[in-house]
Amino acid sequence: MASYSTNEFRGGLKIMLDGDPYSILENEFVKPGKGQAFNRVRVRNLKTGRVVEKTFKSGESVEAADVHDTEMQYLYNDGEQWHFMDPESYEQMIADANAVGEATSWIKEEDICKVTLWNGVPLSIEPPNFVVLAVTETDPGLKGDTSGGGGKPATLETGAVVRVPLFVQTGELIKVDTRTGEYVSRVKDA
Amino acid sequence: MEVETPILSRAAVTAPALASLASRVSCANGEGRCDIYLQTSPEFPMKRLLAAGTGPIFQICKVFRDEERGRLHHPEFSLLEWYRPGWDYHRLMEEVVELVRVVLQRPAMPVERISYRDLFRERLSLDPWSATPTSLCEAALGAGLADARELDLDRDAWLDLLLAHCLEPGLGRRGMTFLYDYPPSQAALARIRPDPFPVAERFELYVEGMELANGFQELTDASEQRERFESDLALRRHRGQSLTPVDEPFLAALEAGLPTCAGVALGLDRLLMVATGADHIDAVIAFPVERA
Repeated sequence: MASYSTNEFRGGLKIMLDGDPYSILENEFVKPGKGQAFNRVRVRNLKTGRVVEKTFKSGESVEAADVHDTEMQYLYNDGEQWHFMDPESYEQMIADANAVGEATSWIKEEDICKVTLWNGVPLSIEPPNFVVLAVTETDPGLKGDTSGGGGKPATLETGAVVRVPLFVQTGELIKVDTRTGEYVSRVKDA
Repeated sequence: MEVETPILSRAAVTAPALASLASRVSCANGEGRCDIYLQTSPEFPMKRLLAAGTGPIFQICKVFRDEERGRLHHPEFSLLEWYRPGWDYHRLMEEVVELVRVVLQRPAMPVERISYRDLFRERLSLDPWSATPTSLCEAALGAGLADARELDLDRDAWLDLLLAHCLEPGLGRRGMTFLYDYPPSQAALARIRPDPFPVAERFELYVEGMELANGFQELTDASEQRERFESDLALRRHRGQSLTPVDEPFLAALEAGLPTCAGVALGLDRLLMVATGADHIDAVIAFPVERA
């Protein structure tokens, strides 16, 4: 079983703590003059997203988490699970609702997503930073409004609701930043 | 008097908390290639000079410590170390104050002194001389170290944890803070005063929550020094650390007679951090080790 010593700690390193995979966010080395050295780290639980602080005696070893990111194409949702495919090997993988999380608001078939695998199983899905989606429902806006000030809610084909400028109409395509959930622009043709 | 002593040594520090960097060198004494260590401090050779009768001495030198890297730690750094024969450590603290005020150009920089025991009693309501590991763990939990119960530490390591995480960040916030009179178990090379509560006559200087200097009323007793080396080595053996050769010429110098003296080592990189307002030691080093 691979492991890391505290002196290998750095941001982004994936370690196992209490049976869960964690990513190190920050690592602080402290050592009083002549005494015991410690590594104080902030870590994010990759399953729950929770951030906690941990203290290690310097020199201790921690089990490595077999976690890595890969690009996969989203194929379809069978009602319970989400199916992805490695575009090079054509290998398919299944992610559950926990893993897909909020990505379900943004992804549609054929989108390329960042899939984080833990022991070969999808742990979390990150949608592309920008997606283009059709507006399926929004109130008719006022003619001539181009400012975008104020805006109105619009429901997209994936079910997500975003605020859009008043000129955006049902049936149009819009570009959305999935990191903020904000409207970016109208798209003429996909 | 300014002195210069070797950076390379046949012997190495025994303190379990310090890791020496080692190399090999060709010697002219018929042994061929010998183990050689980079100094973690110039303390032993400087005391050999003091025993030879130099009087007060100082030097600025590079020292090396493995397994120390972080915001305040770099494996290679600069020390200003000096010794005052005939002085006691409280008088030496006064001289440290003068020096720091001059270097930082803050002639009125405030100074406070607090003993190790009082600091723990005032801030954590516990007596570091009598607290059990269990009560020290409770204090760590109370101070916000939520995972304290998962740590397997001895008494001194608990004290180090509380000092490093809960107390040090608040020291030297208004100027200079001297922490002095340490538990005998943390004496390092300081003399122990046999009070009802024996204390190690050791001090550390803090500015802006950062340790800048460490000083001792120097231990001059050769047999006690040898015992400390041996208990260090026993602890190293127990922990599976490398067993470093004891500095016999240094012990011989103590046997020949080290004058009563106080000595201090001041970290120049950190002093420069204070002078320039730097937040990371890399900001005061031309090429940090990762790019050296």
